[in-house]
Amino acid sequence: MSDHTVKSYDRDLEALGRRIAEMGGVAEKMLAEAMDALSTFDVDLAHRVVSSDPRLDALQREIEENAILTIARRQPLAVDLRECIAAIRISGDIERVGDLAKNIAKRTLKIVSEARVPRAIVGLKSMHEIAAMQLKDALDAYALRDTERARAVWLNDSDLDALEDSVFRDLLTFMMEDPRNISFCTHLLFCSKNLERIGDHTTNISETVVYLVTGEAMPTERPKTRAPDFGVKDEAAQ
Amino acid sequence: MSLYASRRGANAMATTLCWVAAVFGLSWLLLILGSLVYEGVRGLSPAVFTEMTPPPGSKGGLLNAIAGSLVMTSIGVAIGTPLGMLAGTYMAEYGRYSKLTMIVRFINDILLSAPSIVIGLFVYEILVHPMGHFSAISGAVALALLVVPVVVRTTEDMLLLVPGSMREAASALGAPRAHVVGKVAYRAAKAGLITGVLLAVARVSGETAPLLFTALNNQFWSSDLTAPMASLPVVIFQFALSPYKDWQQLAWTGALLITVAVLALSIAARALSAGRRNSK
Amino acid sequence: MNAAAQIAQVKAPLTKVSMRNLDFFYGETRSLKDVTMPLYANKVTSFIGPSGCGKSTLLRVLNRMYDLYPGQRAEGEVLLDGENILDPAVDINALRSRIGMVFQKPTPFPMSIYENIAFGIRLYEKLPRADMDARVEGALRGAALWDEVKDKLQTSGLGLSGGQQQRLCIARSVAVQPEIILFDEPCSALDPISTAKVEELIDELASRYTIAIVTHNMQQAVRVSDYTAFMYLGELVEFGETDDVFNKPQAKRTLDYITGRFG
Repeated sequence: MSDHTVKSYDRDLEALGRRIAEMGGVAEKMLAEAMDALSTFDVDLAHRVVSSDPRLDALQREIEENAILTIARRQPLAVDLRECIAAIRISGDIERVGDLAKNIAKRTLKIVSEARVPRAIVGLKSMHEIAAMQLKDALDAYALRDTERARAVWLNDSDLDALEDSVFRDLLTFMMEDPRNISFCTHLLFCSKNLERIGDHTTNISETVVYLVTGEAMPTERPKTRAPDFGVKDEAAQ
Repeated sequence: MSLYASRRGANAMATTLCWVAAVFGLSWLLLILGSLVYEGVRGLSPAVFTEMTPPPGSKGGLLNAIAGSLVMTSIGVAIGTPLGMLAGTYMAEYGRYSKLTMIVRFINDILLSAPSIVIGLFVYEILVHPMGHFSAISGAVALALLVVPVVVRTTEDMLLLVPGSMREAASALGAPRAHVVGKVAYRAAKAGLITGVLLAVARVSGETAPLLFTALNNQFWSSDLTAPMASLPVVIFQFALSPYKDWQQLAWTGALLITVAVLALSIAARALSAGRRNSK
Repeated sequence: MNAAAQIAQVKAPLTKVSMRNLDFFYGETRSLKDVTMPLYANKVTSFIGPSGCGKSTLLRVLNRMYDLYPGQRAEGEVLLDGENILDPAVDINALRSRIGMVFQKPTPFPMSIYENIAFGIRLYEKLPRADMDARVEGALRGAALWDEVKDKLQTSGLGLSGGQQQRLCIARSVAVQPEIILFDEPCSALDPISTAKVEELIDELASRYTIAIVTHNMQQAVRVSDYTAFMYLGELVEFGETDDVFNKPQAKRTLDYITGRFG
């Protein structure tokens, strides 16, 4: 698309995009490090993850402010307006991803002293692989304004949901085997929930990307392949 | 000497020349006005306005000349103004883009600057000669011919100054053309139109040449339009050239009267157009 | 007819004016090119586009204002309630009484506020004084001006502020009870507060009149109009519901224009 007649308008929008990319980088790193800390019970690393969250919050606030300023100053229309709205929404999603990664790191700190069944973490690792891939794809889709990739992310989220179900079953098994595992496994259960939530945010991001490019919202209903739930409502994880 | 200094020098020189020229021109004007007032006021008395022009050597006034000027100017303006207004209205409102308007405007401009003596001769040919004698009415017609181009010009100019958007706005309400012109354009140009008429009056009230060939002069009171009639300019012309002291004095006084009247009209016209500008 | 088609028919607004293959010429210059579009009844349609794109020309075709000037002519059809108003046999003054127009610059007539309104009414009706007073008041109320001028109706309309003058002009148009009101950049000479008042007024008038507005202010088009037409170099590039035109324009030229990427 050609440039705006007002050059500084282009610069404003470009700056928004760059900040989002920066946030994405920070969030991806936090998530990877949080999972590393969890699987290796690395206290220092977990602390580092926790301490990098404020940076993400600051970035989000900055993006929001700039987007609002741009709206006030330029009165954007059509794709430009969506650009600003998308920046606000995506920065919110990325910030949440960071929070969830931080939560995993905090739980790591809690269970480090009573690490019991390391093999229980294997399932979480594969969940993380998918979530990290989804996050990367969603951010790439945003950077490239690629609706195809965004739609793929949106559809693939069900994989993560399915995996969460199986992790849930595994952890339940460990808990039933030995009640001393319960505390440890409950923390892991929340971690899996966090990973699943991260997946949800990546689908949010990809929905926003589609809206940004086409101006149209994705359908509210997505083809679901998720297994029936097990009567345990797990809305608690935030 | 630097370029700047030389430029400043040239500027000072030009300014000085302008001042000198202005003072030179104005001083003559002041001299004329001064001597006119000085000479004219001396003869100013009630008799000027109540008595007829006298034979040489006896006392008298300018009553018949003043009345004659008023009558002929009024008739001239009464004939010339409607003609000029209608023509000017056609040019500005109806035929703005027509060839006829361009031709009329060109001819009107020639008429505007035509020597008034030519007008006098023309009326002499078409009225005085067929009638066989001089008459007030032919004098009035001659003046009317002088009024027409002035009024045509000011009417057209003033109507052209009325913004087209005003006409469009009136038309957009569904007003027919005559309504747009009569109720809106005339009203918007009112002050300008009156100014035009006043200027025409001022112009013709001082004219001598056309009256010499048409109304001639009359030593006595006359209200007969078909007979010769006195008028201030002609009386001034005749008395000023005479060898008699009292006639010369009356000429001075008459000249002062005309000058004051024209001045008053011009000031009124200026005040009107200034008022129009302020209300905008 | 199936249900969906029925709903579509109920939702589609009535067409008040229908332009078909409309061309316009200033002498040899063709300044409207094959424009075909409707004006929907009781809706506000805005015309946007860069200067010289033909928006104002189009408005001036609708009330045949171009008839005032030689060398200008329109071809094609403009159907007002089915009748072609470009037909030379149409009574122009009667047509203009049905289609009011408000101009870019306020154009109060050089007469009192009261007379400004009464002027148009007197063209069509002979009213007793009391009825005329009521009509003038109604028109001024309709233009949200009554409270500001009710104590100085006999003073000159030229003494009002720009925004008041423009509302006076709107009142003047409303007073002759037209069916359509054309606005040619009505706010371009007004401050933001006056602009807001005029926009509010347009919003109210839309329930009773069919409105077309030419504007250079796209935010204004978004705010006041139901439908938007984007014109460029005499052509109608895009016409549609305002929300669609400004959010998801179909034509790239429209998008470039509304997002400020032109040229």
